[in-house]
Amino acid sequence: MARVNSPAELDRLRKGFLSKRDPDKPCIAICAGIGCLGLGSDRLIGALEEEIKKQFLEAKVDIRVTGCHGFCEKGPLVVIYPEEICYFGVTPEDVPEIISQTVVEKKVIDRLVYTDPNTGEKAVHQSEIPFYRNQTRLLIGNNTRINPKRIDDYLAIGGYSALAKALFEMSAEQVLGEIKKANLRGRGGGGFSAGSKWETARNAPAEEKYVIVNGHEGEPGAFMDRALLTGNPHEVLEGLIIGAYAVGSHQGFIYIRHDTPQLRENMEVALAQAEEYGLLGENILGSGFNFNVEVHLDIGIFVSGESSALMRSIEGKAPEPRPKYIRTSVSGIWEKPSVLNNVETWANVPQIISKGSAWYSGIGTERSKGTKLISLSGNICNTGVVEVPMGTSLREIVYDMGGGIPDGKKLKAVHFGGPMGGSIPESLIDTPLDFDALTKLGAPMGAGGMLVMDEDTCMVDVARYFLDFLAGESCGKCVPCREGIRQMLKILTNITEGKGREGDIQLLEELAEVAGGASLCALGRSAPNPFLSTLRYFRDEYEAHITGKRCPALSCKEQAHT
Amino acid sequence: MDSDRIDQIINKHQGQARSLIQVLLEIQSENRWLPREVLEKVSEKLEVPLSRVLRIVTFYKTFSFTPKGHYEIDVCTGTACHLRGAQRVLDTVQDLTGIKPGETDLDSKLSLETVNCLGCCGLGPVMEIGGKTHSKMSPAEIADALKKCE
Ligand SMILES: Cc1cc2nc3c(=O)[nH]c(=O)nc-3n(C[C@H](O)[C@H](O)[C@H](O)COP(=O)(O)O)c2cc1C
Ligand code: FES
Repeated sequence: MARVNSPAELDRLRKGFLSKRDPDKPCIAICAGIGCLGLGSDRLIGALEEEIKKQFLEAKVDIRVTGCHGFCEKGPLVVIYPEEICYFGVTPEDVPEIISQTVVEKKVIDRLVYTDPNTGEKAVHQSEIPFYRNQTRLLIGNNTRINPKRIDDYLAIGGYSALAKALFEMSAEQVLGEIKKANLRGRGGGGFSAGSKWETARNAPAEEKYVIVNGHEGEPGAFMDRALLTGNPHEVLEGLIIGAYAVGSHQGFIYIRHDTPQLRENMEVALAQAEEYGLLGENILGSGFNFNVEVHLDIGIFVSGESSALMRSIEGKAPEPRPKYIRTSVSGIWEKPSVLNNVETWANVPQIISKGSAWYSGIGTERSKGTKLISLSGNICNTGVVEVPMGTSLREIVYDMGGGIPDGKKLKAVHFGGPMGGSIPESLIDTPLDFDALTKLGAPMGAGGMLVMDEDTCMVDVARYFLDFLAGESCGKCVPCREGIRQMLKILTNITEGKGREGDIQLLEELAEVAGGASLCALGRSAPNPFLSTLRYFRDEYEAHITGKRCPALSCKEQAHT
Repeated sequence: MDSDRIDQIINKHQGQARSLIQVLLEIQSENRWLPREVLEKVSEKLEVPLSRVLRIVTFYKTFSFTPKGHYEIDVCTGTACHLRGAQRVLDTVQDLTGIKPGETDLDSKLSLETVNCLGCCGLGPVMEIGGKTHSKMSPAEIADALKKCE
């Protein structure tokens, strides 16, 4: 790899890759995302390599090991180029047939393509498969085209051209202006304007400033950040470098989960390769701009995803939040202005710079722009990562992409935002995916984990479950959070065990008010959300447990099931 | 315990208090527990008071103060797995092994932990045994998989 010293050289490099590539050469893209790996895609990769060798096709067929394709439910997933044939549930036993039939003879194997469970119809390409067809995959769509360990793949599809544009055709103020005009809002939970945050840090009087990727993804049931960061690390990195330029920062941090080895591995490879090409480090692309990045591992506690706790953790201290009279964008890591954004927020930046804020703000709703990645899980036919324009109705996500509820059960509710979010009943399923619309219903979007629940789910137990989760994940420093969660959990546990008493609901509401109002950070302040939203829409279930000593969903073990 | 390897990790960060958590994570992942002598060495070399090291190590369940078993069993109790019956999986594992989350069996063969979302919710309920993912297991399959941990 030779250093690239100007945008023109970058262009030449890209053209060089493309001219060397034969677009008709077969390429087998295999998903090695976390879901597919769990289903044995590593054995599949081995089998493919072996078979290709056996048939002496090494020079004629490429294998591309990629990140998550999205349709986790049907893994291991394989896409065969150039025809873009999608195969599902592929096993090593299928490999000889795939090579001789599909790759060599260009025949589709019926058994491996998507079959619509309702109509029995077969679908061969993403554009025909309902799960993919209805999505707008701007951020995650390239995952099938990229081996995350090869920067050349990312460059070949136009990667780092936004960085070149920002550094050579735009001033830092102009970059900031575009992000503000695009009205990009943070994807990590708060929906706070990224542009305003960047501007605060840019204007803060300090020599040194930091930019940080929040890849902690602590919300259980959320796996889209991991899918994006492991599958297309350069997309996030390019966004981060552009952000650093706009803010005036020369040091970045990428904060990731310690328990997902692929995250660290792919990120470190990406950083090293970007540095070799001169896209990171000193004098990036010959522009005179310097920027370095360090990877930091989290410590495996939910609260470490909170901004001030995360910054403490990067300093090597225990990840405990501090009161935020002063924003972290003014005083963050080592009291320096620090801009923290979620993985997906950063990933949006390159396309906004490339295609412009006008294009971007054409997608989505009035106040929520762009697309959103959603981790769809729970009682749903198609678990996976979906990407839809903001404003898409929840119904479309559950039924068109998600394929509805399995086993002929009825939909009861969807839950957003994990332990800090809330549940929406089936009757409000036509609500659009929009930061403000969901917040108004008491179910803030959070990072994008969307949990679908069927009629057998007890909503009291859902509230109990999330408090049980938080009891182990709070830092314990402030009393309203530590004790509030513990006491609420005790009462809710009693209720689910048939030991609920008159007045419990009122007591819970009082505790919720104190924890919600007096806690130090957003963990404690939002901890009552799941309880409050389930009470709002499913009060009768609480009452049935307490007065009737029964669980209407027939789910709580200790309750009478009548 | 390979003390050269541990020294190597610590020496790389000599005098850098800011690397405390990264050093502890690295030792934990290689050695699978943090003996007190090692923590004393970390404290000395990184120039961090031992009390601060202990405070971190004792509070976060990522770190272990006692040797872990040869096989780590992680049962996912994340939301998706919870909805799909993680509790039944956990109950079965507890019955079969006689240990509870956070514990290690007497011959240091198995350790049991619960984890929050392994990121493959489509496979739920999920558990990992010695780093290998198992999905949608029946009690009989769990018993089989555990028998293989020798
Ligand atoms: C308890 C707690 C946990 C959080 N966990 C995460 C997380 O895992 N990932 C994330 O991006 N944001 C998380 N956040 C939100 C961050 O504090 C912060 O708002 C966000 O990373 C900012 O980025 P954004 O503006 O791009 O969303 C968490 C907040 C709280 C209070
Ligand atoms: S909840 Fe178990 S893997 Fe996500």
